[in-house]
Amino acid sequence: MADTLTLNKIKNQRGISVGEAAAKIADLGWNPSYVQEAMTYPTDYKIKKIPKDPMKQVLRSYFPMEEEKDNRVYGALDAALRGDMFRNVEPRWIEWMKLFLAIIPFPEISAARSMAMVARLTPGEELRTGFTMQMVDEFRHSTIQMNLKKWYMENYIDPAGFDITEEAFGKCYATTIGRQFGEGFLTGDAITAASIYLTIVAETAFTNTLFVAMPSEAARNGDYALPTVFLSVQSDESRHIGNGHSMLMSMLKEPDNYQLLERDMKYAFWQNHAIVDAAIGTFIEYGTTNRDKDKESYAEMWHRWIFEDYYRTYMLPLEKYGVKIHHDDVHEAWKRITEKMYVHTVAQFFAVGWPVNFWRIEAQTEKDFEWFEHKYPGWYAKFGEFWKWYEKLSHKGSKVVTFNEEVGYVYPHRCWSCLVPCLIREDMVVDEIDGQLHTFAHENDRWTAVEAFADEYQGRPTPAMGKFSGKREWETMYHGVDLADAIVDLNFVRSDGKTLIPQPHLRFDDKEMWTLDDVRGHTLMSPLTLLREMSPEDRKQHIADYQAGFEINPCN
Amino acid sequence: MPATSSSVGSGAAGAATFADSDSRKYRYFEPRGKRASHYEDMTVDVQPDPERYLTQGWIIQFPNGEGAYDKSATKAQSSNWHAFRAPDQEWERTHYQRQSKIESLIQGVIANARKFGVHKKFDKAWTKILQAHLGAWKHAEFGLGTSLMQAQRYGYTQMINNATLTNSSYKLRLSQDITLYLAEIGLDIDGWNDDLGKETWLTDPAWQGTREFVESIMGAEDYLEQYFAINMVFEPLVGELFRSGFMVQVAAANGDSVTPPVISAAEADYERNLANSIDLFHLLITDEKHAAHNKKLFAGWIKKYSALAKKAATGLQPIWSQPHSKPISFSDAQAQSVERYEKIKGELGL
Ligand SMILES: [Fe+2]
Ligand SMILES: [Fe+2]
Repeated sequence: MADTLTLNKIKNQRGISVGEAAAKIADLGWNPSYVQEAMTYPTDYKIKKIPKDPMKQVLRSYFPMEEEKDNRVYGALDAALRGDMFRNVEPRWIEWMKLFLAIIPFPEISAARSMAMVARLTPGEELRTGFTMQMVDEFRHSTIQMNLKKWYMENYIDPAGFDITEEAFGKCYATTIGRQFGEGFLTGDAITAASIYLTIVAETAFTNTLFVAMPSEAARNGDYALPTVFLSVQSDESRHIGNGHSMLMSMLKEPDNYQLLERDMKYAFWQNHAIVDAAIGTFIEYGTTNRDKDKESYAEMWHRWIFEDYYRTYMLPLEKYGVKIHHDDVHEAWKRITEKMYVHTVAQFFAVGWPVNFWRIEAQTEKDFEWFEHKYPGWYAKFGEFWKWYEKLSHKGSKVVTFNEEVGYVYPHRCWSCLVPCLIREDMVVDEIDGQLHTFAHENDRWTAVEAFADEYQGRPTPAMGKFSGKREWETMYHGVDLADAIVDLNFVRSDGKTLIPQPHLRFDDKEMWTLDDVRGHTLMSPLTLLREMSPEDRKQHIADYQAGFEINPCN
Repeated sequence: MPATSSSVGSGAAGAATFADSDSRKYRYFEPRGKRASHYEDMTVDVQPDPERYLTQGWIIQFPNGEGAYDKSATKAQSSNWHAFRAPDQEWERTHYQRQSKIESLIQGVIANARKFGVHKKFDKAWTKILQAHLGAWKHAEFGLGTSLMQAQRYGYTQMINNATLTNSSYKLRLSQDITLYLAEIGLDIDGWNDDLGKETWLTDPAWQGTREFVESIMGAEDYLEQYFAINMVFEPLVGELFRSGFMVQVAAANGDSVTPPVISAAEADYERNLANSIDLFHLLITDEKHAAHNKKLFAGWIKKYSALAKKAATGLQPIWSQPHSKPISFSDAQAQSVERYEKIKGELGL
């Protein structure tokens, strides 16, 4: 009773409106007159118009709101344990979480870091509050995901792979794709990275597939923890999307930015598609045991979220400002996801590479084939025999699928741009950067590395633009190294010193589990190194053969 | 539905025994103590680097050839940047719990004060002081918060950057708390000028030393220098001097029991950030290889920023004579803050 009275009285107090509060907080900033702030992160963009803060939220309401969200998340995790969730959870699903959760905390915290870059470049103070909250949000996302991962490690049948997670993230041939994503948020031209690549494309377009589609599939596999955490994460995204949109409106005020905007929308859309669809598409389509034909496939969800929502309602209207939109790329991405079976070629690649993973991948079987054929007509002809081979070779003592010529799979070239291999064979292109040969999964990837990430763009100097660097082709690291030695170097070995962390099956039994001895005697090679060593004629022939594709042999 | 994809019909820990079926701890880093704390599990190695597992190196570069994080972002040197652990052990959950608790406490205090009209009984001169000087102070806190927001981009490890990030979050919260506190009590006080604070901050000679100090921190390009200047110098010599040595101690004597609880959360914030930063700087100053280099560097920072602090504090002195009731003199308050500062320097051996 007393409580209600007090509350009422408090409510009756004349307060300041949310708008006033936000305005007063925006007025905390001032123009320094003693010492100027250094422009430490360069951009080639001009941001002159002060962006508006659409959210008008203040920390006073933000912190309690987020704490309340947290309480629901942690309450749900406790409830899941009380309800014995792990007894019914599908290992086929949780195993992929070893990969997903190794990757995602880094892009998240990178987003927090990148808020510093945009905050410094943005005129006015209004949006600074929005950036501040996003910074703290992303800190939330990164650590709440680390917590979920630890929780899986503590409660799931096979903790191996979770237990080495951040080490695996730095080393693995699959996580390198996720590193391209995360580093893309905070390296290079500050606006390209933190505004376009992160906010205007990754968050605005692709977080639905990441944080909404994944949770639905998790629930279908008995995992109620991931939905709790990721829907809570997603609920912060509208604020980030708002920040991005405000920045975009501000950039559009300056016609000088249009050329860069066109470049970056093209780069960011294509690379987000290449990376996010590869990973999330695989988790959703191949990590599930649920083959309900009434549920949407990844392709169907993509059409709804990316094509209808993002392309039609977010990208297209930019045309009326005079910014060139690359319609072809959107259609091409759609074609890759459907006709060209992009996601399926990625899943196949991960399966072929299982010995250098740090999670288990089990074979797709007859139970799965029908669903795939139903959702992706032509799937069986292309992938049916492969998965039969994979199942057959999942038994310890078989010749590992990666090196088994009987199968007919050709290990792919790596794309120098998105770091997913060149899996749609006919689309592979080759070009030179600084006189060095590189392979690309698609003409758009070539364009990204050669034309966008360069000192100039269409004759215009772009001194702030980033550069691709490092040993980008993962295979270079183990060129000429025995597979078993590579696995030891990766530290993807269980603590008995011999059993592999990755396994091509879900048989939780030492007798069935592959060891170093089972994979020794095969030499890893870098396709790029080999390509560079070829004579021009041999190379030409090799590329033609590669583009012609391969045939999986029948498996009996 | 049993777990159909499991060979043993279950996905639960203990359902089968095999190699590493009991490997239930992160095993890629060395914990500080005997066992890894939850904070360490949430934090360590999430930001990788070529020394910790990035075997391919950074795969994107800035035009100057640097990767996402580069040791040259500070002049300090370390033989092991990865050793630092923040004593406050914050990760998202503890951070939101603490921030949220402070926010509800402050809102409760303000609402109650307004309900009973406590603030209407503030001494007249004091009311003016709140508008002008507490109003100016909120900008100082904001400047420090944005400096730390900037700094959290650069550290070589996740531990350093997350400690900087939470420090930024605390500062920005405080600056907003003061802003909204003043705006709200101002609604009930005749003649309240909510713009006086900013005006004072920008033009009142008393504040120009403090503003110069804050702007110098905002303009520093070395992230550790920013973190150092704030926690080792600004906070003891200016922050606590003004917040505790003036606002908190003088308020009650002038009929104000509301302002102290609103801003005293800042002192608890600082205790945590001080502990974090002392640990980090202590590590650097006792580094097996770079102790001498760092000591010299920090001595330079001390020199630069203590001069700014002195100017700032001296500038603020007239404020102590403005209230009707003066329970503490400037020189006593300053003596306390200098003592605290000397203690901090002593702990670092500077
Ligand atoms: Fe996020
Ligand atoms: Fe986000």
